[in-house]
Amino acid sequence: MRIELERRAGASGLFAIVSPLLALALTLIFGAIMFWMLGKNPGHALYSFFIEPLLEVWSLHELAIKAAPLILIAVGLAVCYRSNNWNIGAEGQFTIGAITGSILPILVPQWHSVLVLPLMLIMGAIGGAVFAAIPALLKTRFNTNEILVSLMLVYIAQLFLDWLVRGLWRDPKGFNFPQSISFSTEAVLPEILSSGRAHWGIVFALVAAVAIWFMMRFMLKGFEVSVLGRSERAGRFAGFSGRRMVWFSMMLSGALAGLAGISEVSGSIGHLQPSISPGYGFTAIIVAFLGRLNPLGIIASGFVLALTYLGGEAAQLSIGVSDKVTRVFQGLLLFFVLSCDTLILYRVRVIFGAGRAPAARS
Amino acid sequence: MIEAILLTIITAATPLVIAAIGELVTERAGVLNLGVEGMMIMGAVCAFAGSYLTGVPLFGVLAGILGGALFSLLFGFLTLTLVTNQVATGLALTLLGLGLSGQLGESFVGIPGVKLSPIVFPVLSDIPFIGPLLFRQDITFYLSIALVIGVNWFLFRSRTGLKLRAIGDSHGSAHALGINVIRTRYLAVMFGGACAGLAGAQLSLVYTPQWVENMTAGRGWIALALVVFASWRPLRVLIGGYIFGAVGILQLHAQAFGVGIPSQFLSMLPYAVTIVVLIIISHNRRTTLINTPACLGKPFVPDR
Amino acid sequence: MKKLIIALAATAAALSGFVSGAQAQEKTKVCFVYVGTKTDGGWTQAHDLGRQELQKALGDKIETPYLESVPEGPDAERAIERMARSGCAMIFTTSFGFMDATVKVAQKFPKVKFEHATGFKAAENLATYNSRFYEGRYIQGQIAAKMSKKGLAGYIASFPIPEVVMGINAFELGAKSVNPNFKLKVVWANTWFDPGKEADAAKALIDQGVDILTQHTDTTAPMQVAAERGILAFGQASDMIAAGPKTQLTAIVDTWGAYYIKRTKALLDGTWKSEQVWDGLKDGILTMAPYTNMPDDVKAMAEETEAKIKSGELHPFTGPINKQDGSAWLKAGEKADDGTLLGMNFYVEGVDDKLPQ
Repeated sequence: MRIELERRAGASGLFAIVSPLLALALTLIFGAIMFWMLGKNPGHALYSFFIEPLLEVWSLHELAIKAAPLILIAVGLAVCYRSNNWNIGAEGQFTIGAITGSILPILVPQWHSVLVLPLMLIMGAIGGAVFAAIPALLKTRFNTNEILVSLMLVYIAQLFLDWLVRGLWRDPKGFNFPQSISFSTEAVLPEILSSGRAHWGIVFALVAAVAIWFMMRFMLKGFEVSVLGRSERAGRFAGFSGRRMVWFSMMLSGALAGLAGISEVSGSIGHLQPSISPGYGFTAIIVAFLGRLNPLGIIASGFVLALTYLGGEAAQLSIGVSDKVTRVFQGLLLFFVLSCDTLILYRVRVIFGAGRAPAARS
Repeated sequence: MIEAILLTIITAATPLVIAAIGELVTERAGVLNLGVEGMMIMGAVCAFAGSYLTGVPLFGVLAGILGGALFSLLFGFLTLTLVTNQVATGLALTLLGLGLSGQLGESFVGIPGVKLSPIVFPVLSDIPFIGPLLFRQDITFYLSIALVIGVNWFLFRSRTGLKLRAIGDSHGSAHALGINVIRTRYLAVMFGGACAGLAGAQLSLVYTPQWVENMTAGRGWIALALVVFASWRPLRVLIGGYIFGAVGILQLHAQAFGVGIPSQFLSMLPYAVTIVVLIIISHNRRTTLINTPACLGKPFVPDR
Repeated sequence: MKKLIIALAATAAALSGFVSGAQAQEKTKVCFVYVGTKTDGGWTQAHDLGRQELQKALGDKIETPYLESVPEGPDAERAIERMARSGCAMIFTTSFGFMDATVKVAQKFPKVKFEHATGFKAAENLATYNSRFYEGRYIQGQIAAKMSKKGLAGYIASFPIPEVVMGINAFELGAKSVNPNFKLKVVWANTWFDPGKEADAAKALIDQGVDILTQHTDTTAPMQVAAERGILAFGQASDMIAAGPKTQLTAIVDTWGAYYIKRTKALLDGTWKSEQVWDGLKDGILTMAPYTNMPDDVKAMAEETEAKIKSGELHPFTGPINKQDGSAWLKAGEKADDGTLLGMNFYVEGVDDKLPQ
């Protein structure tokens, strides 16, 4: 038996819609088998995973909180990846954005003004952008590979934050525990609705996604991104500079990651502490590709991934599966979604026996 | 004391070198597998299980290699047969590997493992200083060196290696020349998986002979970075792995010695040093470009 | 297409199975939030063993659901809120990093009882609990001073927080009560959990000449290294004797079960009150693993100290004690107050390390 792919003439509109549904169906079947083998009621398990988190208002708020940083980071990464710049250090830019954004509420807590919050957000975005400029600088100036530099900078950023909140920025009244002072109310990103915790972070994420979608679709800059991403040579003929694109895409994604960082700290946590992210910067890479590097697709994939986290928790509580099982299930879901996407661009043929294979080649 | 420090560095660097050399072959064939961490942790749990259940640590090593290779096959099937996106699939593989290994290893937590015993070369191992460092080590160390030399020879001196590099540089032309791109890539992915599995086996059988969840603690990511650091050249993987390992160990010694620098900054050193060394060695744009597989991460579907 | 229809049919079948899954329940829910996985071999596992003990003791009246690997940060608040909403009557949040999240959720759910481990913020419906680990560290220090030939021990520390600093100081004070010149080297691993790095830290300390090892990180890797290098060591959080049958002198074992049972009984009786509990050896919240691999006189000394601490006759932080720089901290006979201990960020004399500030 052999599986062969045949490229379609164009992307299949039908399968663009059917493929996610098919993926969901396959996940449900395999998930049901897995939970059944673990001795859990499959119906109950799948219900807690996919339906329960969507039934209550507070849970929808939580979904928005979880999806916001993922979407915000992933749309920036999409621009990077489309232009062939491999920033995988968004986690570090997120961390630095959280730090620079927190300078005002921590160092000048006595300044109460409506300006505080906007300045924090801007400083967070700048911090992320500047941190992302390091791999850009090293790439354009010294040809260093941005994958390595951006990844290594993640660890450096995290250790730096650790040092800050255990030393310099430690709350003097906090029994020497590793956290900063709590932000004053002017420095806290407000909630959107009174019905839950969701703050303006999700709005930033959606606005950024639409804006970048607009840029990629209708603006010259978007065209420049795609052309340079496909071929730097072709881009040069069109008068575009690959070097400038490195700076642009890295700093844009850094700024968005930084904004996500300060939004998270200001909106959801309320102070700085050693751990501010459960790996958003890395999960966002999956979100970016799951959304096919399309900002609107990323909105959808961001929510789907957030749902699997919430669902995993719900399942742990209601049917008592371990977090390991939920991670395996998450992996399964991702695999099915990715595989079914193949159907959009290719026809799949399963060939039994030798069939009409192309002439044997070695 | 220097001998003891060097021994510690060797233990710390070996898993990085092994996993990186495997990923290097995978990437030379044009496939970017970001699932090293996941394959490594699967190797670690399989190795521990193999050693514990059979009572023979050497079987553990085999189980680790096998576990890593089989797990990578999943990645191969998705990215090569179904041409899914390699970056996302690799990350999902890591997610799956961390969960699955935790599930499989649940009953092994807290059981002390048996350390893989060293293979002692008679006479040579009695040479002062060099003997204990190079000739009284366990099999994973010898394999790590053999892999680096072997892969270097394979890629640059053998016909098959030439084909593999051709696939990584231009899968279209390689296909036109009659090279079976998909099959070669499957083998390259499995080689990467086997190496990551071996690296995991080193962790759970040599470095710290035990099984605990997430015991790879990010070493798979470092291995990935080392491939880039090495600009896809095997000997540089060895150098990079040892630099990273050495700085990590020396900063601990600096602390114990009492240098008075915050430990967070000392802990940053391995990462910072890696970046600095990369800057120094990659100023020559041409050599970097020549060695980067041009088709890295790009999907390939043969025309029929 | 046919495949698709089959798949959809199966899905529908699977979902319909749910209806039968929902059932009413009457047992009281006592819930746990963990920062790690319940089989991490260290901190979280100790809490989970406590939960299991609780389940065993009161299983006919209660259920004990839990959430594992909850990251500190916004996820924690959601996880705790989810528990409160799912009908938990009492929620134990078992990591310092859950403090502010617990406070916030406790405000929202005044009827639910909250118990936060190792923190300092309390409320009407939020109690805190902690264990006087330092009592065990003091005993370890005394044993170390008796057993070490060089008068030099190594301490693998995780992060510079008061609890860890307190442990280092207690160890040094215990050691100095036996050998006034005893020295302690400290290495910060900057992780709670990375067997490889912990092993590296252990090797570095041994190579720098220490002949006794103690750790404040979670895995048994340092114990294994000590066993391999033929020196003695102390276990942490759980009895690590399996990793070093000829190496472990004793271990501080976290036995949270005693506390969990006590509080759950109070909840069921209706006598639960918000308290800030800091229990010690005498309450059974921590216990010493059997004293092994030491001569009888050392063992006798350790047992005597343990008994004195339990009876309240001995407080490890009793003056005269100087700070690291030689300045006086406690006068002769003066005991450290709990507030200073809980926020400790200085070393006592004899610790050979500079505390990260």
